[in-house]
Amino acid sequence: MIELYESQRAMRNMRKAAMQRGVIAILDVGTSKIACLVLRFDGVNGDIEAESVGSLAGQSGFRVIGAATTRSRGVRFGEISTMGETERAIRTAVQAAQKMANIRVDHVIACFAGAEPRSYGLAGSVEIANSTVTEQDVARVLSSCDVPEYGEGREVLHAQPVNFALDHRSGLSDPRGQIGQTLYSDMHMLTVDAGAIQNLLHCVKRCDLELAGVASSAYVSGISALVEDEQELGAACIDLGGGSTGISIFMKKHMIYADTVRMGGDHVTGDISMGLQVPTQVAERIKTFYGGVMATGMDDREMIETGGETGDWEHDRRTVSRAELIGIMRPRVEEILEDVRARLDAAGFDHLPSQQIVLTGGGSQIPGLDGLASKILGHQVRLGRPLRVHGLPQAATGPGFASAVGLCLFAAHPQDEWWDFEIPVERYPARSLRRAVKWFRDNW
Amino acid sequence: MQPVTEPRVDPAPSRLNYRMQRLLLTPLFRLVLRVGVPFMVGFGGLTLWFSDEERRDAFNLFVADLRAEIEQRPEFMVKIMAIDGASVSVSEDIREILHLDFPTSSFDLNLDEMRETVVELDAVETARMRIRQGGVLQIDVVERTPVVLWRSIQGLELLDATGVHVRMVEQRGAFPELPIVAGEGADQAIPEAMKLFAATGPLIGRVRGLERIGERRWDVVLDRDQRILLPETGAVQALRRVVAMDQVIDMQILARDVVSVDLRLPDRPTLRMTDHSLGEYRRIKTIESQEGRL
Repeated sequence: MIELYESQRAMRNMRKAAMQRGVIAILDVGTSKIACLVLRFDGVNGDIEAESVGSLAGQSGFRVIGAATTRSRGVRFGEISTMGETERAIRTAVQAAQKMANIRVDHVIACFAGAEPRSYGLAGSVEIANSTVTEQDVARVLSSCDVPEYGEGREVLHAQPVNFALDHRSGLSDPRGQIGQTLYSDMHMLTVDAGAIQNLLHCVKRCDLELAGVASSAYVSGISALVEDEQELGAACIDLGGGSTGISIFMKKHMIYADTVRMGGDHVTGDISMGLQVPTQVAERIKTFYGGVMATGMDDREMIETGGETGDWEHDRRTVSRAELIGIMRPRVEEILEDVRARLDAAGFDHLPSQQIVLTGGGSQIPGLDGLASKILGHQVRLGRPLRVHGLPQAATGPGFASAVGLCLFAAHPQDEWWDFEIPVERYPARSLRRAVKWFRDNW
Repeated sequence: MQPVTEPRVDPAPSRLNYRMQRLLLTPLFRLVLRVGVPFMVGFGGLTLWFSDEERRDAFNLFVADLRAEIEQRPEFMVKIMAIDGASVSVSEDIREILHLDFPTSSFDLNLDEMRETVVELDAVETARMRIRQGGVLQIDVVERTPVVLWRSIQGLELLDATGVHVRMVEQRGAFPELPIVAGEGADQAIPEAMKLFAATGPLIGRVRGLERIGERRWDVVLDRDQRILLPETGAVQALRRVVAMDQVIDMQILARDVVSVDLRLPDRPTLRMTDHSLGEYRRIKTIESQEGRL
């Protein structure tokens, strides 16, 4: 298991180095846009770090000093499909953000939506050595979790301990120092396609940047779009992106499930393009200006000029009513939401005490979506916008930037992952000093 | 793989452009570019320009000319010297040893050095120098005031209150008001001598001078070849005692026929009489003893 996390540990070290230098870039590689934010950290505060299990990776206050977005190219379904194009798009965004920040960034934390994330719940238990839980016991219980076969060519993206239990007391966030006999832990593990990460790593490398962390887009948009009580009591964040729709379920301030539906706003655009026989750009414009999912009588009379440049007057002067447009968009949006419903049901979302659903992402700006979503997903649906963070330009405060903002929060205050905890002594290399110390302590 | 229609204009910067911008955003590089490069260019240019001998000489000449031009401005010229507080002979001496050719630039005058030179004159105790407005070199001199004449092997010298030589004197009559000291090493003890002169009081009219004996004690020399031999320490007290003894009506020792009053042992003043008076004394004593026997 150790080898598996070496790259993650390396990224953590890179992130620490970046925090010491004080600047880090945030890169949201989406299907429709690539957003780059440059963060400046105000300083690491070590006090909080020492107090709990949390924030083993360090945390900090930050300020956004540069922001840029560019049209994404070469990304489909949230995965990089054309490396060169994507590299150029990343370069564009990073250059503009650097220019705005007037500072050079070398470290980047990236997130992406696709690559078929799969969630696993892991459980482990261990007998405590000397009745008091030490950090070594925490490390041992984490490594005792039985890891399922998640298949060849997949990589662990997140592995977060969600819950600790000591004997019959559950819901402990920090079991260190407590007295008991058996320590149990629950862990949430998210695996993604290794190829997608490799591609992203390669693109970032080609831009002379260092990858200091990778996160799932569904997870980070949940961080920014859900408010505290939703994260605590249980809620699902639906990130309606361009090429894929991310689902993340939060409970007790931990992500317990994440998934994606490989459909998004681009498919709606594609439907419009096909249905109205217009180019994709025109379809996109029509969707953003006139789109909707709830038709009213008024919409029959609102005519939209589709335009065209074929030279055929009849073809170029076509008009379409808004009701027709809604008629094209609604089935696709319904399909996406139905799919989301199915994923949520499969995850057992209806067993949660609170079933709040928050819609965010660029696709959530379709007028009337909340009404449609409440019919499909349940009554507790709201539209979510990302949290306010310092220095974020007004243009980047829309729901489309939920994952970028969430990634800022993630960069400044990451949750503990498996690789942030100590490595258990048994797993150290055979000649390690720590191992010698343990042998000495056990035998004398 | 390329689509039939031309793709939309790609706003992406070229790789070179991107790298260049990142380089320009690097703090150290910017510092070097903003400070280092201009400095190097300026330094290199100057070095190149000065590498030619002719230009270097021309530059030095220019600097020297400029300097001279500023120094020779009338505002900086010193035209006359004014000496205050010195007698005519001393001020002539000062003019002679400074030997300045007026007008001269004030930049050429080293006042500290000149002051040292002036103070080295025997007759000058302290001197202050400054260049006054209007091109005047002002020298304020405090002369040494002679308080005593010292008769030594070299002749008559004037000494001030601390025993420092002021100048030689031809005749004693030139300074009738000054007392005289004599003897080797007398100049080392002038303060004590002055106290002794002050202590003579009513005897002052009879005092011829003081003589230093063996560089350790004083003799007061009176007229009629009388001497008062004073001890090394407590000389002033001893002299006062002698004066007091002289003042007592019945004693008036100095009015008698004594050669010297010896107070070298302060507890035991000793009188030395002249031979004649000693003979007289003995004669009287003999008469007294004969009368007693009778």
